[in-house]
Amino acid sequence: MKNYISKTVDAMKPSGIRAFFDLVLGMKDVISLGVGEPDFVTPWEIREAGITSLEQGFTSYTSNKGLLKLRLAINHYLKNTFGITYSPDDQILVTVGVSEGVDLALRAIMNPGDKILIPMPSYVSYGPMTELAGGIPVYIDTRKDNFKLTPANLKRHIDHKTKGIILNYPANPTGVSYTKKELEQLKKILIGHKILCITDEIYCDLTYDFKHTAFPSLPGAKEYTLYLNGFSKSFAMTGWRVGYACGPKEIIAAMTKIHQYTIMCVPITSQMAACEGLHSSHQSVEDMKREYKRRREFVIGQLNKIGLKCHMPQGAFYAFPSVKKTGMNGLTFAQKLLSEQKVAVVPGTAFGDEYTDNIRISYATGFEKLKEALRRMEEFVNKHKN
Amino acid sequence: MDEILEILEKDARVTPEEIARMTRKKVSDVKKKIKQYEKDGVILKYKAVINREIVKVRNEEVRALIEVNLVPQKDLGFDKIAERIYAFPEVSSCFLVSGTYDLLLIVKGRDIHTVSRFVSEKLSPMENVRGVVTHFMLKKYKEDGVMLKQKEEDRRIAISY
Repeated sequence: MKNYISKTVDAMKPSGIRAFFDLVLGMKDVISLGVGEPDFVTPWEIREAGITSLEQGFTSYTSNKGLLKLRLAINHYLKNTFGITYSPDDQILVTVGVSEGVDLALRAIMNPGDKILIPMPSYVSYGPMTELAGGIPVYIDTRKDNFKLTPANLKRHIDHKTKGIILNYPANPTGVSYTKKELEQLKKILIGHKILCITDEIYCDLTYDFKHTAFPSLPGAKEYTLYLNGFSKSFAMTGWRVGYACGPKEIIAAMTKIHQYTIMCVPITSQMAACEGLHSSHQSVEDMKREYKRRREFVIGQLNKIGLKCHMPQGAFYAFPSVKKTGMNGLTFAQKLLSEQKVAVVPGTAFGDEYTDNIRISYATGFEKLKEALRRMEEFVNKHKN
Repeated sequence: MDEILEILEKDARVTPEEIARMTRKKVSDVKKKIKQYEKDGVILKYKAVINREIVKVRNEEVRALIEVNLVPQKDLGFDKIAERIYAFPEVSSCFLVSGTYDLLLIVKGRDIHTVSRFVSEKLSPMENVRGVVTHFMLKKYKEDGVMLKQKEEDRRIAISY
C-alpha cells in the first residue's frame, strides 16, 4: 500500500511503554496506581446540571469562544481566587481540556525552528505537540534539583530562538510546585528574554503546603503569559473535556481562529455543567483536596519507609519515587510488580527517556486500595532486596 | 472538627498508625486523643453500615417514622418526656424537631405488629403524648450519607497519563 502518512507524524516516536500499558489493560484484578485522573466521580450538583440542560433542550452549538456565562464565571473565579482578571469578550477561550489549549497555543505561535522549553519530566504531550506545530522542544532535565526548575538551569537553556516555555505546576508526574518567591525568580528571567510563558495550571486547586500562585498574577507577567486551566482535576470532570485559555487578546484571537475551524466549540452539555461547578462546587473541591492531602502524607511516608526514596510533592496526586535501591530500573520494576503483585504503576520513562530510575504513583485511589497496594509493594521490595 | 474524628467518621477501621501518618502526628498522641474521645463520649461506638436491602435476613425488621405531639411539662420542657420515650429499646433514633409535631422517632420492630403494638400500647397511652402519626418505611435509599446500592465499580481505564 502507498504510504499515506505524513513525514512529521511518521517521524514521531511511538511511546516506548505502550506494550506495558497493553499488558496492564489486559490483566484482571489489578490495583492500579497508574491512573492520571481523580477517583471521585463528578460532584452530583454538576452532573445534575448537565442532565437538566439536556432535559431543557440545550443541544446546539455555542459561540466559538464558549458560552458567555461560562467565560464570565471563569473570569469571576480567577479574580476571586488569584486576583487576575481577563475580559470574557476577547481574552478567554473555552477549550476541549487543557490538551486542546496547549495544541492551539503552540500552533498559534510557532514558526519553523522556534524553540519551546519543557522542564522534564513532563506530561507526555508537550514535546510531540511542539514538534507537530513545527517547533523544536528543548528539554530541561531537573533531576539534580528534586525535579524543580531552578533559575540557573533555566538560564542555561535559553537562546535567541527560544520562543516559549511550557510550565506545568503542580506538575504531572512529580507533584512538584513552586512558591510565589520561586516563580518570581523564574519570571524575571523569562520576561527579561520576552519568552511566552504557557502555564498549565490544571492542578492548581490541589496544592497542599502553600497557596497556589497563578503565573499571570505576578507583577508584570500577565502580558507574557498564556494561562491554561480546566475542570478535569479540581472538579473531577476529566471525561467532560472542558478547559480554558486566558491571555493577551492577540494570542487568544489567533488560537480562536484555529479552534473555530477544527473544533467549532466545546460540547454545550459540558459547558453548562462546568458553569455549575464554578457556581456551587467549592465545598466539594475542598473536601476532595483534604482527602488527597491525607493520602499524600500516607503514601509518601510509606514509600520512604520501604526504601523507595521520594520527595514530598506539593500538589496534584502523584508521587515520583526512585526505585534505584532495588537494583531494577523503573520499567522492570513496573513489569515485575505487575506480574508478581498485580499492582500497576507507570514507569518514569513515560515522562522522559532519562527517568529510568523512577516510577509514577497516582494516589487518586481509595484509601483501602492504596493501603493494600503499598503493602504489596513492601512485600515486593523486601523480596527483591539485594 | 478534629481531623482524627473526620477520618474515623468516614472509616472507623483506619488504625491510629495510619491516622498518625496521614496527619503528621505522633502515633502515641493519636492514640491518646482517641482514648480521650471515647472516655468523653465524643466517640460513642464503632459499627458497620449494613445494606439490608441486599442481605435478605429472615425475620427482617420493620422500621417506622413516628411523629409525636407532646404536652410540655412545666419547668422541664420536652427533655424529661423525651427521655421516657427514647429509653424504650424499640426506639432507635429520637429527635426534637420544629414544625407541626415535636418528636420524630425511628422505631424498629420484628414485624408490623410489633411496631403497632409498641405505638398503641406503650407510646400513645403515655401521659403528655397528645397524638402520634406512624409512617412505615417501605424502602431505604440512603442512610447517614451512604447510598444503599451495589458498590460502584471503578470505571476509569486502569492506566493513563
